[in-house]
Amino acid sequence: MNVTIVDYNSGNISSVINSFKEAAKDKVNIEVTSNLNKIKSSDKVVLPGQGSFKSCVDALNGINGLVETLNEFAITNKKPLLGICVGLQMLADLGYEETQTKGLGWISGKVSKINNQNNKFKLPHIGWNEINIIKDSKIFKDIENKSHMYFVHSYEFIPEDKNVISATTEYSSNIVCSVEKENIFGTQFHPEKSDKLGIKIIENFLNL
Amino acid sequence: MLKNRIIPCLDVKNGRVVKGINFVDLKDAGDPVEQAKIYSDGGADEICFLDITASNENRDTIYDVVERTSKKCFVPLTVGGGVRGVEDINKLLNCGADKVSINTAAVQKPEMIIESSKKFGSQCIVVAIDAKKNGNKWEVFTHGGRNNTNVDAIEFAKKMEDNGAGELLVTSMDRDGTQIGYDNELMLKISSTVNIPIIASGGVGNLDHLVDGIRLGNASAVLAASIFHYGTHSINEAKQYLNLKGIPVRI
Repeated sequence: MNVTIVDYNSGNISSVINSFKEAAKDKVNIEVTSNLNKIKSSDKVVLPGQGSFKSCVDALNGINGLVETLNEFAITNKKPLLGICVGLQMLADLGYEETQTKGLGWISGKVSKINNQNNKFKLPHIGWNEINIIKDSKIFKDIENKSHMYFVHSYEFIPEDKNVISATTEYSSNIVCSVEKENIFGTQFHPEKSDKLGIKIIENFLNL
Repeated sequence: MLKNRIIPCLDVKNGRVVKGINFVDLKDAGDPVEQAKIYSDGGADEICFLDITASNENRDTIYDVVERTSKKCFVPLTVGGGVRGVEDINKLLNCGADKVSINTAAVQKPEMIIESSKKFGSQCIVVAIDAKKNGNKWEVFTHGGRNNTNVDAIEFAKKMEDNGAGELLVTSMDRDGTQIGYDNELMLKISSTVNIPIIASGGVGNLDHLVDGIRLGNASAVLAASIFHYGTHSINEAKQYLNLKGIPVRI
């Protein structure tokens, strides 16, 4: 099996690469590339993302044909794709970080700044928080409800269809932290930095 | 509920772990990669490396340490010490650091924080503030605590938040290495001035000091070196203790 981590200048992806290699052992071939043909021919795709919504969308659009290739992969061919952090956020229609920016529009919704209740809560939301699993998502196999995952973000994904939400986390409000819509998965938290349980989530994705 | 983080810090010199008392009298005490792995297996919420390699020739040793650690530890890794420009940040991130902490350069070139937080995202930019009390204010020190800049630490903290820092690592120079506890007055002043998380550092001698850093200093995370490093307490003991005191931690 070939799994591609999309390298589109979205910031630091070393940790994503290391954790996927750890989870893959030698059974899965992990490729890190923005080569369109390699993405097309792979079995699964990981879309990481760090920095702002706008900078990630700009970087994605900066590679000719990448968005079309990803569309074909995830929407036309319905092959498994996992978005992490801003990689999840970009699945939405619109983001409001820096300026209003169009996302991939694969899961209807928007990405807005977390309401921190007049500075009662610090932003970014950084650290380990419990996830409330509300849907039996395939990537949560053998993951207990209330497990801790590592977060670092100031914006949250608000999907229109609440049925896509697979987990939430409690901060200044109830924040969507994982979604699943058919073959498309996304986590707001960083499985690659969430120790053994995070690696387990990555394994679950690789084993889909 | 978001948990308070416990962060063991390893001082690294020429690729080896050392810990100084008031930044001098260094003792060699082992391999940072193995030590980091012990910490992350023991439940550390994050690992911090402070590179105190003095000479430029040996600077590559930290890249090797970071690279090897990031292949073994899957919790956030923060690396600081000697970060002078955007290219240093880039190199550390490429080696597998998740956050880079910037001290002297942030004071000398505050615009570097604007540039790097735009380029890499605020989530990986930590500004380390070394502060020392002078009368009724605190002043920022640089160069590992050797130079007094006379810059007001509270104002500087605010400025760094405005420039895009994602977190502040606040070290009391008066307390560092003393084992008498954090300067919680300083921590509280800064944490109530800025709206980004602060990591308290400098002075931990027992587990109650960690409790105080969170309760009195309002720190989001507490950093300590020697109590963990010399085996006085394990990370797990620290977490159990905080839990017992009603502080939310990841267990």
